[in-house]
Amino acid sequence: MSTPHDILFSALADPTRRGIFERLCRGGEQTVGGLTATAGVSQPAVSKHLGVLKQAGLVLDRHEGRQTHYSVRRDALAPLVDWTSQMTGFWESRFDDLEDLLKRMDQ
Amino acid sequence: MTATSTETRSVVIERDFAHAPDKLWRALTQPHLIAEWLMKNDFVPAIDHRFTLTGDWGSVDCTVLEIEPQRSLAYSWDAMGLESVVTWTLTPSGTGTHVRVEQAGFRPDQQQAFVGAKFGWQKFLGNLDEIAGRID
Repeated sequence: MSTPHDILFSALADPTRRGIFERLCRGGEQTVGGLTATAGVSQPAVSKHLGVLKQAGLVLDRHEGRQTHYSVRRDALAPLVDWTSQMTGFWESRFDDLEDLLKRMDQ
Repeated sequence: MTATSTETRSVVIERDFAHAPDKLWRALTQPHLIAEWLMKNDFVPAIDHRFTLTGDWGSVDCTVLEIEPQRSLAYSWDAMGLESVVTWTLTPSGTGTHVRVEQAGFRPDQQQAFVGAKFGWQKFLGNLDEIAGRID
């Protein structure tokens, strides 16, 4: 099962996609055309990468006329910055396994 | 680095188990039982004993810091640049045992070292503070 964290990491695992995401972070809202100019890959490839970023909840799109404008979603990186929430999940799941073990120890 | 980079953080998880403290103590301190719910290990319940927890994703270096049988247990938890201390506290309750685990010592820069080492993109994560700052 994929956790939101896994989806975030796989979305950012591709260097080209990470580059597009970084440019959106630094430069603010941009169109596919604007991003293609600096991405070093074709416009369809940029669109595809933006689709993956959007699915992962990292970017938002806004349609205006024929243009689609992309921007970074606020708090998109919160799961990375907030390590404690990830560790909380780790211990919660260890507690579940501990509970299972304790039941088995009764038998 | 900002002032926040030197702050420590902690995670606290608490749960009531319907089992007596001595049984929980065994689950927390006997290697073959620890392996059942946490990771493979060479734990020995002795102060200053160094042990390793081994999981599918890597290992954690630990040193036993504190032992008070059936009451509390603390060990350091160091993995890939992340230095922290895990403290277990057992309190008898009417129906069993209240268990509290606290992991303390995370700082934002250590989080990045950990995640960066794990996924091999240190450079991106090195810029994370700046990037996250711009989003806000």
